[in-house]
Amino acid sequence: MKNTMEIRWHGRGGQGAKTAALLLADVAFKAGKYVQGFPEYGPERMGAPITAYNRVSTEPVTVHSNIYDPDYVVVVDDGLLESTDVTHGLKESGAVIINTEKRKEELLPLLHGYKGAVYTLNAKAISLQALGKNYPNSPMLAAVVAVSGVMEQEEFLREMEASFRHKFAKKPEVIEGNMKALKLTFGEIAKSRYSSHEATVQLQKERKAG
Amino acid sequence: MAVRERLSGNEAVAYAIKQINPDVMPAFPITPSTEIPQYVANYIANGEIDTEFIPVESEHSSMSATVGASAAGARALTATSSCGLALMWEELYVAASNRLPVVLALVNRALSGPININADHSDSMGARDSGWIQIYAESNQEAYDNFLQAYPIAENKDVMLPVMICQDGFITSHGVENILLVEDDLVRNFVGEREPEHYLLNPQERLAVGPYAVSNYYMETKRGQRQAMINARRVILEVARRFEAMTGRKYGFFEEYRLEDAEYAVVIIGSAAGTCKAAIDQIRNTTGKKVGLLKIRVFRPFPEEEIGAALAHVKAVAILDRSEMFSATGGPLGAEVRAALYQAKCRAEAVNYLYGLGGRDITVEDFCQVYEKLEKIAVEHRITDMYEYIGLRSR
Repeated sequence: MKNTMEIRWHGRGGQGAKTAALLLADVAFKAGKYVQGFPEYGPERMGAPITAYNRVSTEPVTVHSNIYDPDYVVVVDDGLLESTDVTHGLKESGAVIINTEKRKEELLPLLHGYKGAVYTLNAKAISLQALGKNYPNSPMLAAVVAVSGVMEQEEFLREMEASFRHKFAKKPEVIEGNMKALKLTFGEIAKSRYSSHEATVQLQKERKAG
Repeated sequence: MAVRERLSGNEAVAYAIKQINPDVMPAFPITPSTEIPQYVANYIANGEIDTEFIPVESEHSSMSATVGASAAGARALTATSSCGLALMWEELYVAASNRLPVVLALVNRALSGPININADHSDSMGARDSGWIQIYAESNQEAYDNFLQAYPIAENKDVMLPVMICQDGFITSHGVENILLVEDDLVRNFVGEREPEHYLLNPQERLAVGPYAVSNYYMETKRGQRQAMINARRVILEVARRFEAMTGRKYGFFEEYRLEDAEYAVVIIGSAAGTCKAAIDQIRNTTGKKVGLLKIRVFRPFPEEEIGAALAHVKAVAILDRSEMFSATGGPLGAEVRAALYQAKCRAEAVNYLYGLGGRDITVEDFCQVYEKLEKIAVEHRITDMYEYIGLRSR
């Protein structure tokens, strides 16, 4: 399994975490990888916490269990941080990516002392800017690609454009907006590459100064 | 050239149905059904196939309509899951005893209660005595491949039995994986057309299907069904050989994974076999210990002799069941594999563990622990818990 990248998604039923995981499997498949994308359902209702998973590998994957020590964690709803230990088992060499309108410093105390990298992304703002609607899936997908390096960004953009052209064949006007959301996300992630450790140091400095 | 794709297990089986283009598919269209009828209904609505889809009011009716269509001479199928299969109970026996070659796409999920929607073999294991051939899959690829082999087995004149193609709920049914699809024309050649010998819509031959059988006839009917199951053993392997010639993918009654020189073996059905394989590779690479797997593909007919022979050399074996049968002595696979070992005069220590009920996850680490226990049992010749539950919380 050493050639396998494992990703865990946390969201709420109806927010599209499962769809995003399936999209990631899709685009990684097109890039020639062996993939798994699968959901873990709790109670079947809107708003209940759900988990979804990805394995992406250069060789066939036979393991059919859930993922307990992921390389990356994606949190689609920051409200889950209060109730779920999203970084449980997350490798310190990896990262957690959180969709939030809050400042990263506000969320760090909820991460149970996780020592790896923490990325926050305001997927709603990006989606509103690019599409005029709140569809956080595309930005979160681009974020996990940018942070994990699971595939080349150019290749990702190429495959996503092809898939949008297919999916929105009757609504070509939304293709540009979706592509813009992906590119804006790549820009945001590039800006925020610093670890939670550095962020904590920064926070302490700010407190002292204040 | 095979078509490289990524599909969920539900999509894969629906795609196989599309390629086969059967005549009639009655199905109950909502929970506890699966996405399979929904995808097939899409293919029909889009004009891609001309299967007649009958939305019925219950699974009792979907199997009844499938039985009726098949008796009329049509190639018929249905799909269900969990308590949907339980509601078909009566008709499962009717399909088998009337020797109707229908196919059921089953997604294995827990029976109530408590209410649960996740992977569990209780549904099909409960139907194991109904006279259906049962074939299980580890992966989406196997679910697809098994489905393509179902009609050639069912419709063989020496068999004429219904076939249940089973896969694990959510784990493969809703999980997307890489898959190789067979080209449409190859599938059409492989599966062919149904050519019924006796059928209700034949004006040249008067026929009754499903009449009352007095005691003078009932037992002979049952012996006939048993003979069909015996014949199915040969036909299943013949169809598998034809499938291998077409695709290069080899199938049998079961798969042996690094079992040839193994001292400790696990016997299991379904998706968890893949997780067990990863554990085996890990153990062999790190410790060199000889561990292996026997993964059951065909549970009905039960390949007793072959299993006994394949396990004859091991020191200890753990048979893992994903369904309770409340005999208080383990699960159905455990009972039958232990009988096979006895018949083969195999002296291996054997335990029968239960795992994965109602979707409880089983991990590579869990399998590593099973192998550790087997080694301990073989060394000490002492079994402390024959019927352990794997992954049970202590409180």
